[in-house]
Amino acid sequence: MWRFIGLRLLQAIPVILAVITVTFFLVRIAPGGPFSAEKAVLPEVKAALEAQYRLDLPLSEQYVAYLGDLAQGEFGPSFKYPGRSVNELIGAGLPVTAELGFYALLVAILIGGTAGVIASLRPNSPQDYIPMTAAMIGICIPSFLLGPLLVLVFGIYLDWLPVSGWGDIPGDKILPAITLGSAYAAYIARLSRAGMLEVMTQDYIRTARAKGLPEWQVVIKHGLRGGMIPVVAFLGPAFAGLLAGSFVVETIFQIPGLGRFYVQAAFNRDYTMILGTTVFLSTLIVLFNLLSDVLAAWMNPRLRSQFGE
Amino acid sequence: MVTDTITDIAEAEKGTSLWQDAWLRLRKNRLALVGLFMLLAFIVIAILTPWIAPYSYEAQNLDLGASPPSAEHWLGTDVFGRDVLTQIMYGGRVSLAVGFLATSVALIIGVTWGAIAGYVGGRVDAVMMRLVDMLYALPFMIFIVLLMVVFGRNILLLFLAIGAVEWLTMARIMRGQVQSLRQQEFVEAAISLGLSPSTIIRRHLIPNALGPIIVYTTLTIPSVMLLEAFLSFLGLGIQPPQTSWGLLISYGAETMEEYPWLLIFPGMALTLTLFSLNFLGDGLRDALDVRGSKD
Amino acid sequence: MALLDVNDLAVSFVTRNGVNKAVDGISFTVESGKITAIIGESGSGKSVACYSMLGLVPMPPGRIDGGTAVFEGTDLLQQSESQLRRIRGRDVAMIFQDPMTCLNPFMTVGKQLMEPLLIHKDVSRDEARQRALELMDEVGIRDPQLTIDNYPHQFSGGMRQRVMIAMALINEPKLLIADEPTTALDVTIQAQILQLIANLQKKRDIGVIFISHDLAVVADIADQIVVMQEGRIVEAGDRAGIFENAQHPYTQKLLAAIPSDSKTPMPEEPEALITVDNLCTWFGDGNKGEIVKAVDDVSFEIRRGEVLGLVGESGSGKSTIGRSILRLVPVTSGRVEFDGIDVTGLEGNALKNMRKRMQMIFQDPFASLNPRMTVYDTLAEPILLHGLADKKTIGQAVLKLMDDVGLARAFVRKYPHEFSGGQRQRIAIGRALATRPEFVVADEPVSALDVTIQSQILDLMQELGREYGLTMLFVSHDLAVVRHLADRILVLHKGELVEQGTGDSLFENPQQEYTRQLLSAIPGRSLLA
Repeated sequence: MWRFIGLRLLQAIPVILAVITVTFFLVRIAPGGPFSAEKAVLPEVKAALEAQYRLDLPLSEQYVAYLGDLAQGEFGPSFKYPGRSVNELIGAGLPVTAELGFYALLVAILIGGTAGVIASLRPNSPQDYIPMTAAMIGICIPSFLLGPLLVLVFGIYLDWLPVSGWGDIPGDKILPAITLGSAYAAYIARLSRAGMLEVMTQDYIRTARAKGLPEWQVVIKHGLRGGMIPVVAFLGPAFAGLLAGSFVVETIFQIPGLGRFYVQAAFNRDYTMILGTTVFLSTLIVLFNLLSDVLAAWMNPRLRSQFGE
Repeated sequence: MVTDTITDIAEAEKGTSLWQDAWLRLRKNRLALVGLFMLLAFIVIAILTPWIAPYSYEAQNLDLGASPPSAEHWLGTDVFGRDVLTQIMYGGRVSLAVGFLATSVALIIGVTWGAIAGYVGGRVDAVMMRLVDMLYALPFMIFIVLLMVVFGRNILLLFLAIGAVEWLTMARIMRGQVQSLRQQEFVEAAISLGLSPSTIIRRHLIPNALGPIIVYTTLTIPSVMLLEAFLSFLGLGIQPPQTSWGLLISYGAETMEEYPWLLIFPGMALTLTLFSLNFLGDGLRDALDVRGSKD
Repeated sequence: MALLDVNDLAVSFVTRNGVNKAVDGISFTVESGKITAIIGESGSGKSVACYSMLGLVPMPPGRIDGGTAVFEGTDLLQQSESQLRRIRGRDVAMIFQDPMTCLNPFMTVGKQLMEPLLIHKDVSRDEARQRALELMDEVGIRDPQLTIDNYPHQFSGGMRQRVMIAMALINEPKLLIADEPTTALDVTIQAQILQLIANLQKKRDIGVIFISHDLAVVADIADQIVVMQEGRIVEAGDRAGIFENAQHPYTQKLLAAIPSDSKTPMPEEPEALITVDNLCTWFGDGNKGEIVKAVDDVSFEIRRGEVLGLVGESGSGKSTIGRSILRLVPVTSGRVEFDGIDVTGLEGNALKNMRKRMQMIFQDPFASLNPRMTVYDTLAEPILLHGLADKKTIGQAVLKLMDDVGLARAFVRKYPHEFSGGQRQRIAIGRALATRPEFVVADEPVSALDVTIQSQILDLMQELGREYGLTMLFVSHDLAVVRHLADRILVLHKGELVEQGTGDSLFENPQQEYTRQLLSAIPGRSLLA
C-alpha cells in the first residue's frame, strides 16, 4: 500500500509544479498587473513587491526564487491590501471555508448516501422515485440559483433563517451549508444508488442470503463495501467542486472565506493574491484527489494486495 | 420453421436492429420523452428568436422600469424596462450555443484521442492516457477563473476553456469502450477475415462504442451550461451587451427582494433545460444499456 | 422418511411480456444419505425449483403457483421469510457455480466462513474461528492458519470452491443443494471437487441435491437422477435405471449427446498441411518483466484433411496455439508453415490473401458476432472482401451458405440478438466457411452451448468438414468430445506439448502422467465407453 501511495505522490509532484509554473507565467503576462510597467502602484507596495519578487533579476531566476519562497511557505504580500500578506489572508479565510466545506460535505454524504442506498433497495418504486427526483432537482438547480431562492424563501418571506455572515448569528451556517452541499448530495445519491444496485445483483449477495443472514446485514455488511466505492472515488472531484462552489456561496451569503477572497482578488486584480491562492488551493485539490484515489483503491482488496501489503 | 424458402435477400423480413430496440425502449420512458420534446422546443425557439421575440433585444422602457408579469410583458420587465421574455430568449441562444458548441469540441477531441489510444494500445496508449491523467488532476475551475481574469472575457476563449476541461472524460470513456470492444471475439473475427484496421474501426468498433458516448454527450451539455452560467454569475463569463441565463440570474439575485420574477424566470429556464437534458440522458442510458437480449 | 418431499411444485415469472412457467408441477424426493441429481438444460427450471423452495427467488417477478416442499415435516413454501432465514445456512445449505463471483471479494475468507455460525448458533468469535479452521482442513485447504485471513481472489478456482463447501457445511446442515458446482472448473479440479462432495456426503450422511446440465458429471456420484425439461420432470430413476435403461426420448437424447467412442483413424497418412516448429508465444507484462509463456516450444504437424484435437485445461495454451497459427496474436519465436509458406513472416496483402485460406470459429456465440450487423452483413463481408462474389451474385452466395449451415433463409436480415445460442454459432460457422478456407481452427466451439445443441453443432461441423474438404484444428477442454471427433489428439499442459496420439492409443495406453490424470478425471467413465 505504501508503494502505491508513494507512486501517486510522485505523480502528484509534476502536477503541482505544472500548476505553479503555469500560474506564475500567466500572472506575469496578464495585462494591467503589477509586473507590467503601466499600472500606477503605491510606492510602499511597489517597494515591497520589488524586494519580494526581485524584479531586477532575469525571469527564470525570479521563477526559481519564487519556488524557493513557496518551499518556505511564503506567498508574498498582497497587492491590494498594503501591509497584509497573502499568507495572512489565506490564514484568515481558510478556516472559514474549511468549515463550510466540511458541513457541506457532511450534508452531501449523509443525506445523499442514505437516500441513494434506500432508493436502491426498492428500484422503480416510490421509495426510489422520490429521493431520485429530489436528487435530479438538486443537480438541475445550481447553487447560485438555489442560494438566492433559499434566501428568498427562508430568509425573507418566512424569516426563519439568517441570510448572511458566518458564526455571528446562530443558524447562519445552515443555509450556506445546504446550498453548497445540495448538488453534491444529489450526485452522491445517484452514485450510491447506482453502486448499490450493481452490487446487490452480484452473486455473492445471493450467497449471503443463502447463509440465512437477515436482509439488513446483507445490505450493510455485504452490500455497502462494494457499493460505496464509486462514492469514495467521487470525493476527490467533489472536493474540487466544493471549493469552486464556495466562490459562489460565500459571495451570496457574505461569508469571509477563502473562496470569496479569491473571487474578489480576481476582480480587484490582486495578482499576488490570485497567484498565491491558486497555488495553495490547487495543491490542496491535488492532495485530496490523491487521498480519495488511495482510499478507493484500498477499499478493493484485489488492488490492495497488488501493491504489496 | 420455414415452409417455403426465399430466393432473394430482399424477400426476407427485416430484423430489429439494436438501435431500433433502444428507440422502442426510450419511447416507453415518458420522462425522457418529455425531456426530448422540451429540449427540441427550446432549441427551436432559440434558433428562431430574432424573428419571434416579442420585443427587440435593446428595447428599453425607462419610464416603465421593473414591472411584474402582465399582458404586454408576459414575464415582466427588468430595471431598464426591457422585456424579460425577450432577454431570456436571447440569453438562451447564448447559453445553449455555448453548451452545444463546447460539447462538440470536447466530443471531437475526446473521441478521436480515446479511439486512437484504445485501438493502438501499448506505448502510444500509455503516453496518451498519462497525459490525460495529468491534465485531469489539474484543478480546472481555478484555471478557468484565472484564464478569464488574465485574458479578458472572450467568448471564444470561454468555449475553448470549457471544451478543454470536458474532453478528458470523453477520451477516457472512448478509450475504455474501444479497449473492451477490441478484446471481443467479433473484432478478432474481423481481423482473422483480413479486414483492414480502418474498416474494422469504422464498421465494427465505432458503431458499438457509440452507446456510452451518446449518453455522456447528452449529460455533458448540461454540465457545460452550468459551467458557463457559473462563470457568468461570477462576472467572469459572458459580458454585456450579450446576455446569458447565468448573467440574468446574477442580476435577478441582486434585486430579488423587490423583483423576484427577475430571478425566478431565468432560473426556471435554466432549470427546465437542465432537467430535460438530464432526463433524456438518463433515458438514453437505460435504453442503450442492454447490449442485445442476453436474458 | 424422505428428507425433502416435493409435490407438484409450480413457479412462474410475471413479466411485462407475459407469464413464464419456469416450473410446471414437479414432484420428487430427496433421501437423507443419498445424492439426488437434477439434470436439465438452460431454461429447464432446475435451479429455479430449488431456489424457490428456500425463498431465494425474488417475488415479484417470481410467483409460487402451488405445490408443497416438505422438509423435515414443515412445508417450506408456507414459511415466512424470517422462518426460512432460520433454515437457510443452518439446516439447508447451498453452494453455487462460480466461486469467484459467489464469494464476497471485499471480505476475508475467514469472516465469510464464520458468518453462518455466528448467525445461527450461539458461539463466540474464537470458537467460530476455530471451527472455520477445522472445516478448511476437512475440505482439503492447505495451511488454513495462513490462508484464513486471505481474500477470495488470492485462492485458485478449486480452492475457492472448497471454501464455499466449507462455508455450507460449517453448520452441519441436513441438506446440501449444489448448483452446478463444478461447471466453472477445469476437468482435473472438477474430479477432485466431485470426489470431495461425495466423500463429505457419505461421512456426514446428509442429503445432497446436485444440479447440473451434464449427465456425465453426475454419472459417478448420483444415486437418484431426475431429468427436467421445460419446467417438467420427464424421467426419474436411480443411476442404473437412467444410464442403462432410459425411457424418455429426451433422456435418450441427453445420453446420446455424450460422446463415448473414438473416431476411426484415417487409413492413409497424407502429407502435412501445417507444420509448427518450436512455436513460442510469450506475453510480457509491460514493465514488470513477468512473462507468461502461453506456448512454449511446441512442435507438431497437421495433416491435410485431418481433424487434429488440441486438449488441455485453462492455461494450457491451447487457444493461444490456434491464434498463433492464424496470426491473431504475435508469435514470439518459431515457425508456422502453411502449405509451404511461412505464415509468421507475412504482412500486408500477402497476409490478407493467406487469411482467406484459414479461418476460425470462436467459443462464445454471443460475443463473436457484431451485434449491429445482420446475418447478411456478417456472411457477405468476407466474401466481398476477398472478391469471391460481386454485387449481383452475393445474394445467392449468402443464401447458399445459410443452407449449408442449416439456417432458415428467411432469417437472413435478422440481427444476432434475435437468434438462440446454437443458431448464432451456425452463423459463426457460416462466416468462417464463407471464403472456402482449407483450414479451420475451432476454439471450443460448443462449450457455451446446451448439451443437446452441442451434438447438433458437432454433427454439422463434421458434415461440413467432409463436404468442404477441411483440415481442422479442434481445441477443447473436453477430452470425450475431442476423442469422438479427432483423428489425432495433442495433450497440452502449461504451454507444453505433453503427449500425442490417436484417440484409442491415448485412452488405452497413456504414456505421460498428466495424460493419465486427465483421463481419470473424465466424469462418467465408469458407465460409458
